[in-house]
Amino acid sequence: MTLPTMDRRVAVKRLLDARDGALVVTGLGSPSYDVHAAGDRDDNYYLWGAMGGAALVGLGLAQAQPQRRVMVITGDGEQLMAFGSLATISVARPKNLDLIILDNQHFGETGMQSSHTGRGIGFDKVAAACGFAEVAELRSLEEVDALCEKLRRPAEGPRLFVLKITAENLPRSLPPRDAVAVKNRLRAHLGFATC
Amino acid sequence: MTASLHAKQAETVTQAAASAQWPDQVYDVLKAAGINQMSYVPDAGHTTLIRRFSADPEVVTNVLTTEEEGIAIAAGSWLGGKRSVVLMQSSGVGNCINMLSLSVQARFPLLVLVTMRGEWAEFNPWQVPMGQATEASLRAIGLSVLRAETGPDLVDTVAQAAAMAFDADQQIAVLIGQRLLGKKKW
Repeated sequence: MTLPTMDRRVAVKRLLDARDGALVVTGLGSPSYDVHAAGDRDDNYYLWGAMGGAALVGLGLAQAQPQRRVMVITGDGEQLMAFGSLATISVARPKNLDLIILDNQHFGETGMQSSHTGRGIGFDKVAAACGFAEVAELRSLEEVDALCEKLRRPAEGPRLFVLKITAENLPRSLPPRDAVAVKNRLRAHLGFATC
Repeated sequence: MTASLHAKQAETVTQAAASAQWPDQVYDVLKAAGINQMSYVPDAGHTTLIRRFSADPEVVTNVLTTEEEGIAIAAGSWLGGKRSVVLMQSSGVGNCINMLSLSVQARFPLLVLVTMRGEWAEFNPWQVPMGQATEASLRAIGLSVLRAETGPDLVDTVAQAAAMAFDADQQIAVLIGQRLLGKKKW
C-alpha cells in the first residue's frame, strides 16, 4: 500500500506564510530551494553544504535568541547525518526550536537512492525516544495547516515534525551562494554588526 | 638536606602550582573575551573549563554526541549574537573536517580548544594517528592553528585567539600540548 504524500513546495510555503517572526535555517539541497522558492528573506539562513549541520545551527541560533522561534527546515538525508543531534538538542531542551523534516525517503540530490526513512526509520519516533516535547508525522496539507496553528503556541521543549513529501525533483530555486553575505544579512536583521 | 635541594623542591612545587592554575586562567580570559556559550565532548584536560562553564549562569553549555555538532552550534550562536567556544580532544578534530567548511566558507568566528593526545608520553597507540594528523588536518581545511606547551603561554594564546576569532572573523584552533596536560592517569 502506498501512503499519501504532499507537495513539498506548497507545504513549505504554508509553513513560511505562517512563520510569525520565526528565524529559518535550511538544510542543504532541496529544502534550501523550497524555502528560497517561497521568497528570499533576510531572516533565512540557507546551508549549501556542511551536511548534518542544519539542526545544530538552529540550536545555536535558538540558544542565542531565546525570545525568537527558530524553525529548521531540512531533509531526511541531511538529518540522518546528524542523528546524534536529536540527543544533543533534547538534552539542551530549547523551547524555541522546531525541526521540520521534509521526508521523501530518498537522497534526492544524488539520484533518488532510497534512504533509511524509506526502510523503517521514523524521525518522529527517534525524537520521541530522545525526549522531544512534541513530535508527529504528517501526510497531508490539511495537517500542515493545523501544524501552522500549533507552532504559534509556546512549546515545552524542542519539537520535531516529519512531513512526508512526494519524491520528485522540482525545478531548483537557488539561494545566494555567498555564505558570508547571507550570514551578515541575518545578523543585520537581528541588529548585530557584520564583523 | 642542602639549601639548594630545598630551593629545587620549592621550585618544583611552584611550577606544579602554576601549571594547575592555567585552567582557571583560561576560563578567565574566555570570560573576558565575552564567551557566553560553550560546547564540548569531554576530555580530562578540559575538566576545569567544563566544570566552571557549566556552573556559570551567564554561559549556555551543550554536551555533544560528536565534535562537529559544536562547529555548527557555534555558527548558529554567532548568527544570533553570542560568542561560542568548542572544547574537544585531538581525536575529535577528525570528526569535524567537513563541518568546518561552514565556518570557513561563511567566515564564522570560530574558537576551538583542542587537548592533544598521541604526541607525548602516550600510552594508547590508537591515539597516535589522529594526534599526528590534527594540525595538518585543521590547516588543510583552512583553520589557523596556534599551539601552547606551557600554562602561561596557553593563557596568552587563548586570549589572542579569541580576539582574532571574534574581532577579525577568523577560524582558530588552539592546540594544548600533551606535554602540558601530563600523562593520563588510569
